[in-house]
Order: sequence, then structure tokens, then C-alpha cells
Amino acid sequence: MSDRVAIVGVGIVPLRVQSRERSFRELTFEAAARAYADAGITHEEVDSFVSVCEDFHEGTSITDEYTPDQLGAVLRPVHTVAGDGLQGIAAAVMLVRSGIADLVAVEAHCKASNIVSHQQVLAMALDPAYERPVRVTPHAIAALEMRRYQQDSVIPDEAIAMVVVKNRRQALANPVAAHGSSISPEDVLSSAPVAEPLRTLEISPYADGAVVIVVASEDAARRAPKPVWIRGIGWASDSPWLAMRSWGQASYAQLSATMAYTMAGITDPPREISFAELDDTYAYKELQHLEAAQLASRGEAARWIMDGHTRQGGPFPVNPSGGSLGMGYCFDATALYRTGAAVQQLRGEAGRVQVRNASTGLVLSWRGVPTQTGGAMVLGAL
Amino acid sequence: MSLMKRKPTRRVAVIGAGLSLFMRRALETGKELSYYAASQALETCGVRLKDIGAVVMATAPDAFDGVHMKGEWLLDGAGATRKPYLRAYVGGGSGVFSIISGWMMVASGLFDLVLVVAEEKMSSCQPHPQGAFLTIFDQIIERPLGPNLLWIFSLEQHRYMATYGIRNDDIARVSVKNKHNAIAHPAAQVATEITVKDVLASEVVAWPVHRLMVSPVSDGAAAIVLASEKVASRFTDKPVWVQGVGWCLDTSYWGNRDLAYPRYVEKAAKMAYEMAGITEPRKQIHVVEPYDPFAYKELHHLEGLQLADRGKAPEDLAHGRFERTGELPSCPSGGLMGVGNPIAAAGLMKVCELFWQLRGEAGARQVPGAPERGVAQAWGDLMQVGTVAVLGLQ
Amino acid sequence: MMAHLPKRSPVVQGTAPPYRALRGNPLSDAEFRTGVLTTAWTPTLEYAWDAGEAISEFLDGLRQGKILGVRCRRCGRVVTPPRAFCELDFKPMDEWVELASTGTVNTFSICYVTWDMKPLRRPQLPAVIEIDGTNPRGGFLHLVGGVPGRSVEEIRRRVRVGMRVQAVWKPRAQRDGAITDIRYFAPVASGRSR
Repeated sequence: MSDRVAIVGVGIVPLRVQSRERSFRELTFEAAARAYADAGITHEEVDSFVSVCEDFHEGTSITDEYTPDQLGAVLRPVHTVAGDGLQGIAAAVMLVRSGIADLVAVEAHCKASNIVSHQQVLAMALDPAYERPVRVTPHAIAALEMRRYQQDSVIPDEAIAMVVVKNRRQALANPVAAHGSSISPEDVLSSAPVAEPLRTLEISPYADGAVVIVVASEDAARRAPKPVWIRGIGWASDSPWLAMRSWGQASYAQLSATMAYTMAGITDPPREISFAELDDTYAYKELQHLEAAQLASRGEAARWIMDGHTRQGGPFPVNPSGGSLGMGYCFDATALYRTGAAVQQLRGEAGRVQVRNASTGLVLSWRGVPTQTGGAMVLGAL
Repeated sequence: MSLMKRKPTRRVAVIGAGLSLFMRRALETGKELSYYAASQALETCGVRLKDIGAVVMATAPDAFDGVHMKGEWLLDGAGATRKPYLRAYVGGGSGVFSIISGWMMVASGLFDLVLVVAEEKMSSCQPHPQGAFLTIFDQIIERPLGPNLLWIFSLEQHRYMATYGIRNDDIARVSVKNKHNAIAHPAAQVATEITVKDVLASEVVAWPVHRLMVSPVSDGAAAIVLASEKVASRFTDKPVWVQGVGWCLDTSYWGNRDLAYPRYVEKAAKMAYEMAGITEPRKQIHVVEPYDPFAYKELHHLEGLQLADRGKAPEDLAHGRFERTGELPSCPSGGLMGVGNPIAAAGLMKVCELFWQLRGEAGARQVPGAPERGVAQAWGDLMQVGTVAVLGLQ
Repeated sequence: MMAHLPKRSPVVQGTAPPYRALRGNPLSDAEFRTGVLTTAWTPTLEYAWDAGEAISEFLDGLRQGKILGVRCRRCGRVVTPPRAFCELDFKPMDEWVELASTGTVNTFSICYVTWDMKPLRRPQLPAVIEIDGTNPRGGFLHLVGGVPGRSVEEIRRRVRVGMRVQAVWKPRAQRDGAITDIRYFAPVASGRSR
């Protein structure tokens, strides 16, 4: 039995700022139906199901309760990973490699529009004794890291603004994106400060949606219309304490990428990877992650964004989907949307956002403030 | 019909186990409790934290701690800093799902040594940890009715009783057995000798549930170390193999289901039994740790686990079948009713119990007859999820 | 009531598996409240959930004094609470059915405490009500009401599993399109079914 694992199905609900007419169950049903159709399977043929969700995003304790019906998974093996989307994919990969499952569906959805008290939810992720009492917006933690990163890697403000410009413009060509727009670097730099040096337009705006990815064993992948291979996957968490982190370094990204590259047999990432979908929850993160994933050397990321190196038609496209800045930030579903986008690139199905000669892609995710948790996945067309 | 595509090829063993005390309210934080259990599990088998490839955490509602994404918050206490770390969360089923999560890490071939930690600190939630469960109900069509956690247990217990003609005395025997068994458990919070009469004289909280049929609110942690076949013998000459795992989630529409019988526990058990090659569970399983957050649940689950006929577990209990010295010892640890119920930790505590029982190390709790195979089971969500693990010496 | 429960297991630490002392410092309630350092936080968490297609229709039905269900064209089940898709066949469900306002008690409880374990003045009677017209018989959580008495014995004389009940609605003007538009389900005068 081979250990090779592929993605054979992608089902995406277009991201939208509001999704009033449909409940989270109904959105997820659509994503699952699309994913199963894409994979050429029925819900009964799926062996195991993984849901990625968090109680306080849903406003429900033990949100796992509300996962099976809309996946067609009643009385089946279903479990929830309260974590990053790539951890959900990792669980699916491990289930397939264990031998007991040939097809695993991984689901995530987002109803950010239904969360009224966003800041309260975010603030509750901070340590109650040492960190929460400081009572600053959790975005300030990103701002602290941003300032440190800018200093260490010498990143001018304009470079960070260009990430926003690139990704929001790119999203105009992506039918799944919610926040495409044509803005200038000046628009970004003059947008209201949230917590210096972080500005409003540098924070990805929310969107609602749902996405299902179908993971398959080699056997099952051979029967599927369009498999894309998971050559490597990694995930890691560094210390949750604000006081105990190497500010600016995205160590979780370094560790995850190393694990994924090792598994994929990649020794020279900039040469062997053709494009990347990297977390850009905050604009500076795209540059930071580029460096942490060893795709650009220190300082190179800033040069690249300024000279167009990372645009869709450039030598190393980054976030051709438009990223979270352009598509919308959708909490637990973010990493799976980026996975779906990368899979479409490798299949040659990305339409107007298609990258040329895409043969190997990297997806890199982060769980957001205040975590130091993320994942990395190397996908290949062959 | 097979419940899995094929049997797994890579074998996984439990090589160490550790616990903290289970307490009504601990001075320690959740991180510290996790550290106690995790460091003890590592110590007992001589594995160093740096050799651990990945860490799995099980912990139930974030609302207990008032910390969003609490898996992140707890990870340093679980030894997971700078490691691949993952939290799987299936409500009350999490404690036994944690070993399943750890199992898949080793069975995938990705890791040789995995640390599994289960933690719960309920005491932070004020004025009462039951508050964390107010939001388990459907947001739109249930919460406006003002339901509380006791409702789901009392509704299920009553349906079970009404369907099979079971009486409260039959159920009270579980409290008696488990609180007695727990007297020999060092972590136990509510071990004591009581009688059926004591149970039935205790206050009715939500009929048919009496107060002494309810497991306590607890803080505590448990941990185990899993090893691949390749490395297990380096650390112990008595590995306990994870012979089978199974899990199953039923529909969220619980008003459309028959609460008298946990069919999702049956299906989870069948998956685990198939993997373990068990065809006659009552003969081939020698000790069982079913999930007992309320007294009736042990009986309900024994039936779902195929270890008693439907509606007949109370009779079997009355005849002594499930005592430590009986035909099929059930909850020799003392269970949640006797040791305590720090939710996720309680499930993993049951796995720890099987580990010691099968190695003949359970001391005063040892079930006689040199048991070779045991089953641990947990349950959770809205009376929906069954998680099962079969452990054995072969 | 709990006077005879010991505070801690009598097992001498280290003499039972794992044969090492188990760590932990239990606190009494008083110690917790005044003896140790704590931090308090009262969250204000607000959500506004989209009911979606199926439940919006259901709630609208409630406002009109009707209990609605849906029928799956494939398996023929008629279910409530309604859903936009059959979770078994994994196909959309769009055949709406008006169900009766009567049903049967599948199970019930007599609850004497609040969620934080304080005594209630009058017990609550949560129940699962199987709504007439569903197939197979099924329904949802609600309350049984209109039952005098306080003790378990008194209430059990009047409420049984399998008993026939009828929805008691709020007056039209007071209905919001919510599950609470049904005040409770009351025993039907003609007695038990089955």
C-alpha cells in the first residue's frame, strides 16, 4: 500500500461579506455537494470526515455536534480538529496513510458576519492573567510583530502597502473573492491607523463561506478525474506566550515548511516551488511568510513585491487567488480556501488568475493572532 | 459490511501513562495540570520530551476556561512547544478520541513517538461550570427554551428506563459500584461507600436523575505515550497495543433519534472490533471502561458496546457481572462517578486504567484472571458521538 | 447530604498505579474565593445567527400558528425541525408539509434546578415531542406545561411517556416567529395513546 496522498475534490462557496439567506449548514452542504461532484464520488463513498471549527467562532459550545448532517456523514466517523485548516488536512492525510480510509472529506465554514462582538472574541484568545488585562485590541499584537519584522528585515511601509494593492487587485479577477478592489499604495498608507504601524487596509476584511476538500489514497486518486498530489505536509506550534516568542520570525512557519519540504524531498525551495498561497491575514505576513518558508532571503521579499516579482505573471507568483486581503478572511476556512485555490492552479483550472507552468505549489497557513500555530503543504501536479 | 477500507498495517503501542489528582478545584492552571500528567507519562517510560515527534491535546469546551482557542493556550503545558501539535475536539468523547488521534499519527508512519494529553479545568467557570453547556443547544430553536445540561441526561435516562422497564434502583447500583471501586484509585475525588438507598435519598435534580447519580465537576489531567512497533521495545517489555479504534457521530437532529439506545456507540465499537479482529466481544474482551458521566450511562454504553443485551445491562449489574471480580469487570477504575469527571481527562484516565490492568500493575484495583484485552469508550456532543479504543497485550 | 463523602481518596500516594505521587493542590470553595490570587473576566459575546432557508420557513410557520415539516422525495421521510437537504440521501428537500399541532411525549424530565444548581420555584418539564405527521415519528425539544403539581409523584401521575399532547400557542399578536411561539405542549384531555 502506497503512502502517496492526493486531493481529488474541491468544493468552494464563493466568499461574500454577508450570507443572510443561508445558514452555516446550508453553505456547507453546497460546498460538500460541489466537492463530491468534483471528485466524482457520492457522500457514501467517503470513508471519514474532518471538520475544522472553533466554538467561539460559531457561538456554540462543542460545535462538533453540528457537523455531520451537511456532509452526508450521519453515523459515520467524523471528528473536529479545533485548529488550523492544514491540521485538518494533516489529519486526513494520516487517516489515509494509516490504511483505514481511501477518501476523507475535510470541511470548514465561516459566518464571520454572524459574530457581533468580534473584538471580544479575539480578546478572549489572550491569556486571562497576563495578557488580557492590558486591554488593547488584539490587532496590536500583530502590530508589535509587524514593527519588529519591518526592522529586522528592513521592509519599507510601501512594500507592505503593495501587498494589499497586489492582492486586492488580483481578487477582482477571482470570482470566489469578496473584496476585490483597485486601490493605490497611497490609499493603504492613508487608511486609518489601528495600532501603529498597522493600518486598516492592511488587515484582511471578513467574509462568509464554506469549503470542502476531498483527500484520497493513491488507489482512489487513480480513479478520480483530477488528482493533485500532497507531496509534503507539516504543522507546528510555538509558545503561546507573548513574552516567549521570537518576535518577527514566524517560527511556526519555518518549522512547518521544513517538515513539509523534508517530506516532499525539496532541498531548494525557491527553485523547486513554482508559486505559493501564503497567509496574508495582515499584509506584512505575506512578506514574513515568504522569508520564513525559505522562498526569499531576508529583505528580498520587500524587493520582490516592489518590482512585481510576486504578481500573477511574475517569476514567483504569491497569492494569485488574491489572498485573504482580496478574498476575505474566513477564520477556520482560510487555509482550506487557499488549498482549493492552489489545487485549481495545479489543475490548470484557475481561469483568469491562472499562473503559467504551475507544477508545484506551497500553501502556508497561520491561525491568526495571538497564536504561533500554522501549517505548510507542498502540492504537486504529478 | 466493513467499517474501514482495510486494516492498518503499522502497529501502535501505549508505553507509558500519567495522571494528576482529580479535584473539585485545583490551585493549578490547566497548563500546570497538563504538565503534571505529561511529565509523569514520560517519566514512567523513560522517554524524553525531545524524542516526542508530535503532541495531541484533548480538552472540552473552551467556555470552561473563558479562553478562545484554548488548545493554543494549553500547548506549552502539554510539552508541545515547537512541535507538531493538534487538538481534536469531540465534546465528551475527546478523552478516548485523543488516543485515536495519537494512534493515527503513529499508524500513518509520520511519527514514532507521540505524547497524548487530556486536560480539563472546569472550576474557572463561574458561577457554575454547567454554564459552559448552555450553548451546546441549537442556537435558534432550542436555546430560547432555556435548556440546561441536566435536561439531556434526564431525557435520555427516562427514555431508556421507559423503553426497557428499568428502575432507578437498578441505575443507582452503578453509583455504588463505581464510588466503591474508586476508593483504590489515588486520583479519586469522590470515592466512598454508599448504598442504593443513599443514592435514591439524594436530592432529585432533574427527575429521574438524583444528585448522587451525577459525576462531579473536576479539574485534572491524564497523559499517555504512544510508540510505533519499531521503537516500543526500547522503552518497555510490556507494550499495550492499540488493537482497534472506532468513532461515529450521529445526526444533530436528536429529537429524531431514539435515545433509548446509543447506536453510534455500537457503530464505533463495531469499527474498533473489526480492526481488532474481535468477533465475540463478550468472550474476547476481559475488562471494560465505559463512559459514566451519569450512572445510567454506564449501562446504556455497555449495551451499545455489545457487552450486554439491550435493556439488560441493569440485570447483569445486579447479578454482579460487572464487579471487579465478576465476569466482565466494568469501570474497575471507579469511573467518572468515583474518580471524577474532568471531561477530556476522564476519558483518557480510562485508557490509563486499561494500560495498568493489562500489564497486571493495577494493584488493589487489579481485576483477576490476567486480562489480555480491554475496551475504553467515551461519549459526547448532543448524545451523538461514540469513541472506542481496544487495547491488548498481543 | 454529602457529609459522608471523604475529601480525598484514602490511597497512600505512590502505592497504586502509576506508583508515583499524583500532583495537584485541591482548594476548598473558601480558599478559591479568598485565599488565592485569581483574575476575573466577564465576556460579552454577541452573535446574530442567520437562520437560513429551512429554519426561516419553519419560524414563519410558527408565527402563523403552524408546525411545518419537510418531506424527502427520495426516502419519503417527513421530518421536523425542517432542513434544506436530506441528511441521509444528501439531496435537497423542498416539499413542505404542514404538520399537526399535536404529538406524543417521547420522553420528559422534571427539572428542579437552574443551570447553576439553584432551586426553581416551580419545576420545568422539558420533553421531546414527536409531532403527528412525521414519518418516522420524531420531533424536537420543547416543554410540557399546563400540569399542576410540584412533586415527582404528582407530575408523574399526569405526564407519561407516550402521552398525547397539544401545542398551546401564544396569541397571534405575541408571536415572534420563534420556537417560544408555542408556550408549551399540554396533555390532551382524552388521555394516553398506545
